[in-house]
Amino acid sequence: MTQVERHTYDVVVVGAGGAGLRAAIEAREQGLRTAVVCKSLFGKAHTVMAEGGIAASMGNANPRDNWQVHFRDTMRGGKFLNNWRMAELHAKEAPDRVWELETWGALFDRTKDGRISQRNFGGHEYPRLAHVGDRTGLELIRTLQQKIVSLQQEDHKRCGDYEDRLRVFQECTVTRVLKDGERVSGVFGYVRESGRFFVIEAPAVVLATGGIGKSFKVTSNSWEYTGDGHALALLAGAPLINMEFVQFHPTGMVWPPSVKGILVTESVRGDGGVLRNSDGKRFMFDYVPDVFKEKYAQSEEEADGWYTDPDNHRRPPELLPRDEVARAINSEVKAGRCTPHGGVFLDVSTRLPAEEIRRRLPSMHHQFKELADVDITAEPMEVGPTCHYVMGGVEVDPDSAAATGVPGLFAAGEVAGGMHGSNRLGGNSLSDLLVFGRRAGLHAAEYAAGLDTDGRPRVSAEQVDAAAAEALRPFSVEGDEPEAAGGPAENPYALHQELQQTMNDLVGIIRRAPEMTEALRRLAGLRQRSRRAGVEGHRQFNPGWHLAIDLRNMLLVSECVARAALERTESRGGHTRDDYPEMDRRWRKTNLVCELADRDGELAAVDPADGQIRLTRRETPPIRGDLLGLFEKDELLKYLTDEELDT
Amino acid sequence: MSAAPGPKANGSVYTGRFRVWRGDADGGELRDFDVEVHEGEVVLDIIHRLQATQANDLAVRWNCKAGKCGSCSAEINGQPRLMCMTRMSVFAPDETVTVTPMRTFPVVRDLVTDVSFNYTKAREVPSFVPPPGLGPGEYRMQQEDVGRSQEFRKCIECFLCQNTCHVVRDHEENKKAFAGPRFLMRIAELDMHPLDSADQSGLDRKSAAQEEHGLGYCNITKCCTEVCPENIRITDNALIPLKERAVDRKYDPLVWLGNRIRRR
Amino acid sequence: MATTETAGPSSGGVHAPGRAAIAARQLRTDRWWLAPAVTATVLTVFVVYSTWRAFANADYYAAPYVSPYYSPCIATNCVNMRGGADLQIFGPWWGLSPALLVLIFPLGFRLTCYYYRKAYYRGFWAAPPACAVAEPHRKYTGETRFPLILQNVHRYFFYFALVFAVILTYDAALGFRDAAGRWGHMGLGTLVLLVNVALIWVYTLSCHSCRHVVGGRLKNFSKHPVRYRMWSWVGRLTAHHMALAWGSLVMVAVADLYVYLVASGAFTDPKFF
Repeated sequence: MTQVERHTYDVVVVGAGGAGLRAAIEAREQGLRTAVVCKSLFGKAHTVMAEGGIAASMGNANPRDNWQVHFRDTMRGGKFLNNWRMAELHAKEAPDRVWELETWGALFDRTKDGRISQRNFGGHEYPRLAHVGDRTGLELIRTLQQKIVSLQQEDHKRCGDYEDRLRVFQECTVTRVLKDGERVSGVFGYVRESGRFFVIEAPAVVLATGGIGKSFKVTSNSWEYTGDGHALALLAGAPLINMEFVQFHPTGMVWPPSVKGILVTESVRGDGGVLRNSDGKRFMFDYVPDVFKEKYAQSEEEADGWYTDPDNHRRPPELLPRDEVARAINSEVKAGRCTPHGGVFLDVSTRLPAEEIRRRLPSMHHQFKELADVDITAEPMEVGPTCHYVMGGVEVDPDSAAATGVPGLFAAGEVAGGMHGSNRLGGNSLSDLLVFGRRAGLHAAEYAAGLDTDGRPRVSAEQVDAAAAEALRPFSVEGDEPEAAGGPAENPYALHQELQQTMNDLVGIIRRAPEMTEALRRLAGLRQRSRRAGVEGHRQFNPGWHLAIDLRNMLLVSECVARAALERTESRGGHTRDDYPEMDRRWRKTNLVCELADRDGELAAVDPADGQIRLTRRETPPIRGDLLGLFEKDELLKYLTDEELDT
Repeated sequence: MSAAPGPKANGSVYTGRFRVWRGDADGGELRDFDVEVHEGEVVLDIIHRLQATQANDLAVRWNCKAGKCGSCSAEINGQPRLMCMTRMSVFAPDETVTVTPMRTFPVVRDLVTDVSFNYTKAREVPSFVPPPGLGPGEYRMQQEDVGRSQEFRKCIECFLCQNTCHVVRDHEENKKAFAGPRFLMRIAELDMHPLDSADQSGLDRKSAAQEEHGLGYCNITKCCTEVCPENIRITDNALIPLKERAVDRKYDPLVWLGNRIRRR
Repeated sequence: MATTETAGPSSGGVHAPGRAAIAARQLRTDRWWLAPAVTATVLTVFVVYSTWRAFANADYYAAPYVSPYYSPCIATNCVNMRGGADLQIFGPWWGLSPALLVLIFPLGFRLTCYYYRKAYYRGFWAAPPACAVAEPHRKYTGETRFPLILQNVHRYFFYFALVFAVILTYDAALGFRDAAGRWGHMGLGTLVLLVNVALIWVYTLSCHSCRHVVGGRLKNFSKHPVRYRMWSWVGRLTAHHMALAWGSLVMVAVADLYVYLVASGAFTDPKFF
């Protein structure tokens, strides 16, 4: 058996973003020994990039807000494809999760009467986002990080060991979830710094690895977002759902090239920023879809009135859900009414005094000043859509966050699917992390605690050997005879760039059947070539090697996205088909489920027709009556079929 | 996303001269590279280009590439900086740009250092003590009361201040006794938190800063503030106020007397 | 150029074992030495000039102007300053310059000032000379022990500095007399003293201890709105503490020099009215 470092815990959390840390805190507070494994340093997770805020219907800014309104907004944003039970739990529990952060030391911006201030955001009927300037994600991560430290301090006081019951394995990558029969038995991975392998034996594993953005060229996501959790779940036999829904955030930076895709927060629009094309026109008024016609302003006067008097004015169309705004920008750019660098103008400089901009949007001000030499208090920004978030993910039980079909596997946060339907509202991500992070931690703890010591699943030596061989493969490629390996060694960076280009061009914001078929063909080729991805040097902190391993995951999830997108012949939320531009009510209750086609076979299947992923359709359970009752019948008619409404 | 039909700002491309430290704890060297530089790029882009084209295994830590996560700290021409926030346009095209790892922490490999010192220090600062009797949702704080601590919570933990502080940079032996600017600032943050109830639990953060976390080592030479990529005024707003608060506790008989009288 | 080397024998600082083995003690390419060099030069010039003037015991009063170095004058050997801060606390046994009795306070204030500390630690003591430039000392204990722990008395000097600022304001007001003591006149000297005292005030009020005393020590600003406003106001000044420190330092020497020139007869004070 391969020599590996071994640890034993009750619960292992993979990922240390908002969901992972919240899950770890919960599992530890349930009294279980918990390990967190993360690819970066502790506290650097991608959650820090979240800017706008945490959506929670605390009603501090507008007392009429409550969970029902939040639930409605979430379902509308997701075009009713959401797992309604998750949306319900999310809307109900979000306020508690935010308040709890305060007891751990978080300092949100305040209202006049000393409560948590809430701001407007796209798709939310009332001001709902608890925020700290435009660095809410950082506050969230730091608070959770410091809560973990405080739990470790408790343990230290009790037994002299900070890491007695809660340990963070930072800069470690998990490459396989290990199983004993059907049940999870632990994880296998490597320490990035030393390249050494480790195994953590644990009956419960919580996936909280975030998204898949690094499969796209223009993205707001960091290098970590290689779809690890999605792939780990697939490889462990759990299905993914809704993978065709990828959110393109409407406003990413477009210049300079090196920062193309980096996010420009939606708060810019929430606080008064407007979108203009190169003719100076506020074009969003032309793009309000029928389903939203009654809720959004028709004229600039009405829209501008809303900021000060929201009760008597309708919202400006800049605050439509993200998918609508992204498509609108895309159309303007295609029509040639774009800025010098191929975006549109986002202007807040003519809308707010400079001092106010610096106070409300400090990190945007800083970001543009430092990276693009643009002073947003004096000139407009240039923005364009950027791949931001994947709505799809591991299919989970809404209440327990347990993955389907694999006892002991849980998923929370972006890696879990269903909560956001076809499109996520801004601000719902951070609340999702907290609500379902906690639930995943709680149920993972309960599951682990429910097993007696003898009944614990065991790690098999063969699986460890196989995982080690798989991870070491990139080092042996160069030694092989080129013919035997099927060709010369491939540069993992070059493969990654080709993958990103393919996904960006062929499965991007606007999709067509022939292009997606072509994408699947290219993915098959890349998959084959990725088997020969070779690296030089040794195992100590070797980024080329890390990327070669991550390619497996990116190729798996990319195929899921392309395959599901080809299958869904309608346009909805984060999935827009040029050849099927309308939303089709019959598609609403269908989830597309991706599973590994051949769990034991080689991952290199070349034939694009079968690939690695088997796609099936699954009908979703009907929405509970009392929840449907929250909507007007007229509105439901736009989304639900007549038969659904009758019953 | 569609291709941009508009006019492209056709930036210049030139071959830049880079000198990057490569090695590990056993030794290493500054190695020269010639590498393409495009308009609008930052140092991290160039490091990535080196990685993709000339040195696949060049180790570098990075994440967000937007100055928000604080991962890509290094020293560029001897100055502690974030690689993602250092634009190439600040250098002359014929200037050799030297990139080394942070020099206060043990090196792991190439540009990656072992920053565990900071995590150890973080653990030594007692956490927020919630006010007894206030449940979740019952916290009331005014904006002016949270403003000071909020500034410190902008910290992205890039550890450039810890790296540049001469107390530990030039004196390895002080690492044990000195928490460093980042964590002294954390103490200030908690001490200024309007609802932190450390006092009631018998914890005096002001004295502890002086006695346990090495506040006295700081000679306010302000390098932490100079290198902070978030422009937090660490010295003026955190360290000096904390020193003044320690004076209240330890060196000011008037304040001491006043507190005694008021307590009666 | 490739310089190969291994971690040397355990030397301290950036060459400590385990750290990246880079031979150069620092790699800065800018003129990092300029700021400490200028600081050290200007401070040295000031100290030399001030020492000379403080010991000179002459040419410090040219009615109605008094040099800030000699005010208040608290020994009987002071020249008679009409209506000035002339207190005669020290009897005739004091034979040295009366400036030496009072300069200790402004000197102490500036010596323990949070800005000047940075300036002279960097400029004179090279601890550190500039950011990320290795300092030459083998050991460093900062302000943890005697004598530097005494820096903590800064706020007492601040209280004294307030008294001095009041006295200098009084002196400047006296500048609106003529040499014979009649009010309603003004000369260039008046302006010099006014500018000097104005800078003294803003420098004194921009002091970090002042910021702490007026409001910084509070936990809840919202319960003390007036002190909060004062704290905010002082905070805005504190941001310019360095500029004010230099400005008032130069100005106080200029004011003394002006009085010296007038008193020694080298220059005649132009009268405005």
